[in-house]
Amino acid sequence: MKINEVILQSIAKLVVFIILTLALYLFFSGHNAPGGGFIAGLVLASAIILLFLAFDMETVLKGIPLDFKMIAALGVFLAVSTGVGSILFDVPFLTHTIVAYDLPLLGMIELSTVTLFEAGVALTVVGVVITIILTISEDV
Amino acid sequence: METLIIILAGILVTVSTYLMLSKNLIRIILGMSLLTHASHLLLMAMGGFKGNVPIIGDQAGEFIDALPQALILTSIVISFGVTSFILVLAYRNYETFKIDNLDKLWGIKDE
Amino acid sequence: MNNIIVLPLVIPILTGILLVFLHRHVKTQRWISIIATILNIVISFIILQKIHVEGILKLDFGGWAAPYGITFVADSFAVLLVLTANFVTALCLIYAMFSIGEKREKLFFYPFVHLLVAGVNGSFLTGDLFNLFVCFEVMLLASYALITHGGTRIQLRESIKYIVINVLSSSLFVIAIAYLYGSIGTLNLAHLSARIAESGQTPLLTAISLLFLIVFSIKSGLLLYQWLPGSYSAPPTAIAALFGALLTKVGVYALFRTFSLLFYHEPAVTHNLIGIMAAITLIGGSIGAIAYKNIRHIVAYNVVIAIGFILIGLAVSTQSAIEGSIYYLIHDMIIKALLFLLAGTMITLTRTSRFDQVSGLIRNYPVLGWLFFIAMLSLTGIPPFSGFIGKILVGYGAVETGHFLLLALGFISSLFVLYSLLRIFMNSFWGETMISEDQEAPLKKGLIIPCLILALATIALGVGAESIATYVSDAANTLLNPDIYIDAVLNK
Repeated sequence: MKINEVILQSIAKLVVFIILTLALYLFFSGHNAPGGGFIAGLVLASAIILLFLAFDMETVLKGIPLDFKMIAALGVFLAVSTGVGSILFDVPFLTHTIVAYDLPLLGMIELSTVTLFEAGVALTVVGVVITIILTISEDV
Repeated sequence: METLIIILAGILVTVSTYLMLSKNLIRIILGMSLLTHASHLLLMAMGGFKGNVPIIGDQAGEFIDALPQALILTSIVISFGVTSFILVLAYRNYETFKIDNLDKLWGIKDE
Repeated sequence: MNNIIVLPLVIPILTGILLVFLHRHVKTQRWISIIATILNIVISFIILQKIHVEGILKLDFGGWAAPYGITFVADSFAVLLVLTANFVTALCLIYAMFSIGEKREKLFFYPFVHLLVAGVNGSFLTGDLFNLFVCFEVMLLASYALITHGGTRIQLRESIKYIVINVLSSSLFVIAIAYLYGSIGTLNLAHLSARIAESGQTPLLTAISLLFLIVFSIKSGLLLYQWLPGSYSAPPTAIAALFGALLTKVGVYALFRTFSLLFYHEPAVTHNLIGIMAAITLIGGSIGAIAYKNIRHIVAYNVVIAIGFILIGLAVSTQSAIEGSIYYLIHDMIIKALLFLLAGTMITLTRTSRFDQVSGLIRNYPVLGWLFFIAMLSLTGIPPFSGFIGKILVGYGAVETGHFLLLALGFISSLFVLYSLLRIFMNSFWGETMISEDQEAPLKKGLIIPCLILALATIALGVGAESIATYVSDAANTLLNPDIYIDAVLNK
C-alpha cells in the first residue's frame, strides 16, 4: 500500500530532527537533572515511529537497515557489562565511577560509567519498542 | 491528595475487576493493565506527595521519598512488556482460532 | 569482596544475550549453553563451600550499604536451591537438544532458557523484596515466551490462562509491597525482619502477610493450583520439565523466606492457614492425579501434591520439619524433572498421551520402564531413594508438634502418588506388547541419558543424604533463627 501524504511527510522530515535533538538532550541531562536513558530511548523510538507513520515500513527499513531485536540485545549487553566491569576491578557489582577533566574551551567535563549504562538502557528501550510496534503492525 | 489518589486506585481496581470477569480477551487484557496502574498509584500514594524533587541540590531534607517512584518506574516497564506480549499473543490466538470469547476457546480441540 | 554470589545471575544473562546474537548457529548455541550451565553449577558449589566456612555471604550492589541499596544474600538454603536448579537445567538442556527441533532452536529457545534461569537464581539469592518481584518477573516473562514457544494450538490456548493468572498475581504482589512499604518503610528483607520484630506483628501486618500468602500461593500452586495442570501439559517436554522442576519451587522458596524471616510472630494465624491450605492442596492434588487418563495431567497433578507436602514443613516449623522440607524440595526438583522427561519420552514414542492406549512398553524400551519404576518409588518415598529422608523428617516434625491430621494427609497422599503412577506403569509398561519390533520408534540416546543421570542423582541423594546434611541443617537453622540472617546483612 502506497501512502501519499505530502504534508505529513515534509513535516515529519523536519520534526524527526527536533525529536532526535530532544532525545540527545534528555539523555545527557539525565546525569543530574530529570532525564536519562529510559526517556531518551522512548523519545528516540517515537521519532522512528513517526517515520514509520509518515512513510511506509519498507522505505524506512531500507533507510535504517537494522534488526531491532539485535539492538535491544546489544543494549542489555552494554548495561550488564558495565556491571560486570566492576567485578573485574574487584569492587561490588554495578559500582560506577566518575572522573572530571578540565578541558580547554569546553570547561569542566565529567565522564561517568553511568553514561555507558544509560546508553545500554536507551538502546534496549529503542530496540524493544520498535520490535513491539513492528511485530504488531507487520501482518495487519 | 493521598486520599484522592487512593480512592482513584480503588475505582480503577473496581473497573478492572469488572473487565477481567468478562469473557472477551481484549477486555481481560485491558482489565489487567488497569489493575497494574491501580497498584502503581497505590505505591505512589504510599510514598507521599509533599516535598521537593529528590535531586541533589541545596534544599536537602525537604525531599520527597524517591524510592516508590523508582519502584513504580521498574514496575511500569515490566507491565509494559507483559501487556505488549499478551496483546500480540491475543492477536495470534485470534488469527489461529478466529475466536475472542474465552468460553468458546476452552472447547477447542488440540489438533 | 563477595562478587561471586552475583555470578549465578550474571552468567545466564550474559549467555542469554550472547546467544541472541548467535541464534542462527545451532551447534554453537548448544555448546555455549552447556558450558555456561556447568560453570554455574561449579560456581554455586564454590559459594556453598564458602558459606560453610564464612557464614552467610552478602553483596551490596554498587557499594550502597544494606538497607539503602540492593543486596544479594547467599545462605545455605538459597544456594542449595541454586545448585539444584542449575543441575536440573543442564539436563533439561541436553534433553532439549535432542528433542526440541532445529526450528525452535533458531527461534531464541536457548536465550529464553538462560533468562529463565537468571530469574530463578536471582529470586533465590536476592535480599530485597522488590528485587524479588523483579527477578520473579524476569523468570515469568521468559516463561511466557517459552510456554508459547513454537505456537502450536494447545500452547496458544493454554498460555492465555497461565499469563493472565500470573499477571494478576504480580499486580497483587506490587500491591502487597506497597502496603508493606507504607507501613514499615523499608523493603530490605533483613531490615524488614528487624523492624517487624521491634514493633511486633500488628494485625495490620498480619493482614498484609496474608496478601503475600495469596500472591505466593498462586505462584507456587498452593491451594490456588487450578491453572497449573493445563498450562504445564501444553509446552514441549523439555520446557514442561523445566517448569515443573523450577517455577513452582521459586514460589515455595518465597513462602519459606517470607514466613520464616518476616511474618513468623503470629503462627496461630499464618502458619495454621498455610497448614490448612497445604491439606486442601494435598486432597485436591490426589483427586486430580487419579482422575485423569492423560499422562501429562497426572504428572502435573503430582507437582501439586508435592507442593502441599513441602508446605507441611513450613506449617509445622520445627528444625526437623524444615530440614525435611529442604530435602524434599531438592528431591522434588530432581524427580519432577525426571518424571516430566520420562512422561514426555513415552508420549513421543507412542504418539498418544493416554496411558490406556498403550501397553507392554517395557519389552520395547526396558531402560525407560525401569527408570519410570525408579521415579515412582522415589516419589512415593521408598527408602533407598531421595524422597524417603524428606518425608520421614517432615513426619517426625509433625509428630513432635502434634499435627497428626497433616501427617496423615501427607502420607496418604503418597499412596495416591503411588497409585496414580502405578496405573500408568501397569497399563503402559506391562501387558501385551502392542508395538512390534519393526514398528518400534528408536529411542535416542540423547533422550535417555539425561533421565539416567537424574535417576542416578535421586539414588545418590537418597543414599548419600548424610553428605549434604550439614548444609541442610545450616539452612534450616538460618530459617528458624532470623537473627543470624539479620546480623549477616546489617551488621557486617
